[in-house]
Amino acid sequence: MTAVPDIEFRAVTKRYGAVTAVSGIDLAIPPSAFVALLGPSGCGKTTCLRMIGGFEQPSEGQVLIRGRDMAGTPPYRRPVNMVFQQYALFPHLDVEENISYGLRQARPRLSSREIATRAGEALSMVQLAGYGRRKIHELSGGQQQRVALARALVNKPAVLLLDEPLAALDKKLRTDMQIELQNLQREIGITFVLVTHDQEEALSMSDFVCVMNGGRVVQLGQPSEIYDEPADLFVADFVGKTNLVSGKVAGLSGDLVDVALADGTVISARKRVPLSRGEAVSVSLRPESLSLSAPGGGVLKGVVRNRIFLGSTAEYAIEIQGIGSLLAKADHVIGQGNLFKPGEPVAIRFAAGAPLAFPHANNNGTNQREDQHAEILS
Amino acid sequence: MSETGYKPDPDNATGGRKSAGSQPAFPMRRSIFRKNLMTALLLAPATLWLVVFLVLPFVAIAIFSVGERAPEGGYQAALTFAQYANLPARATAFWNTMVLAPVGALACLLVAYPVAYYLALRAPDRWRLILLALIVIPFWTSLLMRTYAWIYILGGRGIPALLAYVGIEDLRLINTPGAVLLGIVYGYLPLMILPIYVSLERLDRRLLEASADLGATPLSTFLGVTLRLSLPGVMTGFSLVMILLLGEYLIPTLLGGGKVFFIGNALVDLFLQSRNWPFGSAIAITLVLVSVVVLIIANRISTRLSGARRVDLI
Repeated sequence: MTAVPDIEFRAVTKRYGAVTAVSGIDLAIPPSAFVALLGPSGCGKTTCLRMIGGFEQPSEGQVLIRGRDMAGTPPYRRPVNMVFQQYALFPHLDVEENISYGLRQARPRLSSREIATRAGEALSMVQLAGYGRRKIHELSGGQQQRVALARALVNKPAVLLLDEPLAALDKKLRTDMQIELQNLQREIGITFVLVTHDQEEALSMSDFVCVMNGGRVVQLGQPSEIYDEPADLFVADFVGKTNLVSGKVAGLSGDLVDVALADGTVISARKRVPLSRGEAVSVSLRPESLSLSAPGGGVLKGVVRNRIFLGSTAEYAIEIQGIGSLLAKADHVIGQGNLFKPGEPVAIRFAAGAPLAFPHANNNGTNQREDQHAEILS
Repeated sequence: MSETGYKPDPDNATGGRKSAGSQPAFPMRRSIFRKNLMTALLLAPATLWLVVFLVLPFVAIAIFSVGERAPEGGYQAALTFAQYANLPARATAFWNTMVLAPVGALACLLVAYPVAYYLALRAPDRWRLILLALIVIPFWTSLLMRTYAWIYILGGRGIPALLAYVGIEDLRLINTPGAVLLGIVYGYLPLMILPIYVSLERLDRRLLEASADLGATPLSTFLGVTLRLSLPGVMTGFSLVMILLLGEYLIPTLLGGGKVFFIGNALVDLFLQSRNWPFGSAIAITLVLVSVVVLIIANRISTRLSGARRVDLI
């Protein structure tokens, strides 16, 4: 990435009184990419977005847009536009007036012909041609979302900022909009920065995911990287579903470690950070990396407690003596009646490199995940 | 069931019912009857009050206004529009009122808006309530008392005396239209501040950020969003103050020294001094009509400008 990054954070810290919302972030967002800032609420992702937009000033460090330091530049002089949470459309203006609002602010002034043309183009871009004279309150949530998009994009910003843009939509509409946003981004070719707490949304839409926690960037990478090679326990746990099993390091060999689980089973796991013999670790096992078979052989043995049939896949909660409950996910192929029933004993296998071992840490993310497991199982 | 519906309909609920023969409409009818009875009971005090103290006097005044002055003063039955034809005799009072009421309301608005703006959008949270209280508390004292205070402040031993120290002599403040205007602004300021404050307080702050994000300078954001969306509050405050000013009597009497004569003063004169009730009534009726027109216009403007429906939805 030799090109000037569209957005760059240099040692950015933001404090509100005694609370540090963002602490010492260095980040370069490559041009023409769809980037998601992902993290639990309070991780500082929205603060970062607002610092790009100019609504917050960093307490320390610099925010650069296309290589220009933005310190002291007010929002109305920044080459970025934002799609606000709940859209913040102007209730006293109709759809077209909302969209042309930014164009009317341009100095030197644009001719009213040009304003009308560009607003019209923006309307058709978001498939709302013919809706120009509608009042905002006459639109559905999805339509309001499109107006908000058009209102931002019509100004041809260098970067489009999206603050939880899909949070207010129902699930079906959300999926449609995800695809539409992706298409729009490719068509226009500018950088989109999306803030979301929904890891599925982040993984499915973006070229890069920036996982944040506690005011820091924990990992920046492509979605598959984040999912397959999480930098730490938090990422492993926050992104996607996973099983966390505690154990102790029993042996080391290159990239692999042998981990002794609570029931005495020793499994082979990959490590992402240096570990020492005897250290307490958490092992992350993705549900889809577990394969189930009839009893006999396998690494672990357990009993199916619950089955959640999802059509193309089935999820099983499997009780393992001495370890607890694991979530396993298996593809379901039509015609192969390979579903296990609750109460049935099963053997569990996984590939040697599939488990990932991390130093044991009891952070919030982990607890949250355990709660979710408990919910599934109850 | 279906023919009853849920809307309490006073004409239908208690009267004879076509459904009487058919099956168990009875519980439903009873509950509707009860609902209507409850509504009627709840509305009764207010209705009674309004009928006795507003509608009846108004009707009386309307009847008076087409009557004649009895020789010894008061009212004598007649049907004539002579009183209305005589209105130009009080043209000065009308003129003063028609000028000073809007000008006073406007001056009030100019002072009130920045205060309301500061309170709603700039004041630190912990100060807001205290500041609001400071605006409202003077209301607990009688306007008469507070206006009296101004007589001393503006009178010979007040500000003019102070100015005399610095060489500005013979400045007359009291008993001028300026003094009346000042009294008006002072007296009605809270009535203007509060509705504007409420509309600004309800304003979605993200709209201001959105406006800035779209390239609007603070000034155009203020004009295009803040001011525009607070117009319902402005119109409420303006018409409230305006209508009260149309009937204002106290402030011009005290601070205008009888030189600045309002319709209110004319009415007091006609009813209490010269006992010309019919003429006073004609003026009163005209005043009410003017107030209604002002209200209607203000209401039209504020609905037109605000996209009001959406304001409630946010």
